[in-house]
Amino acid sequence: MLFFSFFKTLTNQTVTIELKNDIRIRGILKSVDQYLNIKLDDIEVLDLAKYPHLSSVKNMFIRGSVVRYVMLPRSEVDVGLLEDATRRAEAANQAGKAR
Amino acid sequence: MERLSLNESPAPAPRTPQQNQQFSQNALGPAGPQPTGGPPQLPPQMFTTAAQLLDLTDKKLVLILRDGRKLIGVLRSWDQFANLVFQDTVERVYAGQLYADVPRGIFIVRGENVLLLGEVDLDREDDIPPTLTRAPFEEVFELKKKEDAKRKTGDKKRYDELQALGFEPEHSGEILF
Repeated sequence: MLFFSFFKTLTNQTVTIELKNDIRIRGILKSVDQYLNIKLDDIEVLDLAKYPHLSSVKNMFIRGSVVRYVMLPRSEVDVGLLEDATRRAEAANQAGKAR
Repeated sequence: MERLSLNESPAPAPRTPQQNQQFSQNALGPAGPQPTGGPPQLPPQMFTTAAQLLDLTDKKLVLILRDGRKLIGVLRSWDQFANLVFQDTVERVYAGQLYADVPRGIFIVRGENVLLLGEVDLDREDDIPPTLTRAPFEEVFELKKKEDAKRKTGDKKRYDELQALGFEPEHSGEILF
């Protein structure tokens, strides 16, 4: 759930998503759900010539399972906060196991 | 046992300074039912698969499947796994600089096969890139078959070489288009 929360904080940022089939799409992150399915608005496909079927697409829904990378604007990522949240999630996880 | 209270409401029990710091930065992560502090969050119902697909319902979409098929149709129904129902579907086949449309009808698609759904901009849908020409589908199919065979042998060769070097092929050797 940590990354779900994290992506929620990134809504309305411009991100670039690389899919497992090497398509790279830049767009405004509009929404994310528990499977990390992503909705992008105002998309722009890098190397569009190779993917003509996307030439008339403006918004898209990407299934989380086919995403390879999400490239984020560096300025929008609070690494310290993310590290801390990760540790907290792990601690909660450990506590759950000990129970 | 003391760690059990980490994400629950602040207990009166004394805490270490480190834990205090963790409590103060509670903007991210699996906080309890009511996160304390942090930026205001959008309502959680906006962040469900259903909410994402609801906006796309009854619109003309491009559906790309894991096997590389491109279907153009109207999304009529769906569920939380992104299982989809498409109406008036046309399959568009691309090969080289050619493409062809094949009318297909109604599709029920299992969610795991979905790569992405793109909303077609109705103002731009007829702007086919000038490099592409429409051709009879027999011709396009023939060309596509050749292209696929060529890519398959190329991919197999690459995977074999990678495997000899000790690499596992990405997504267990399944080819995504």
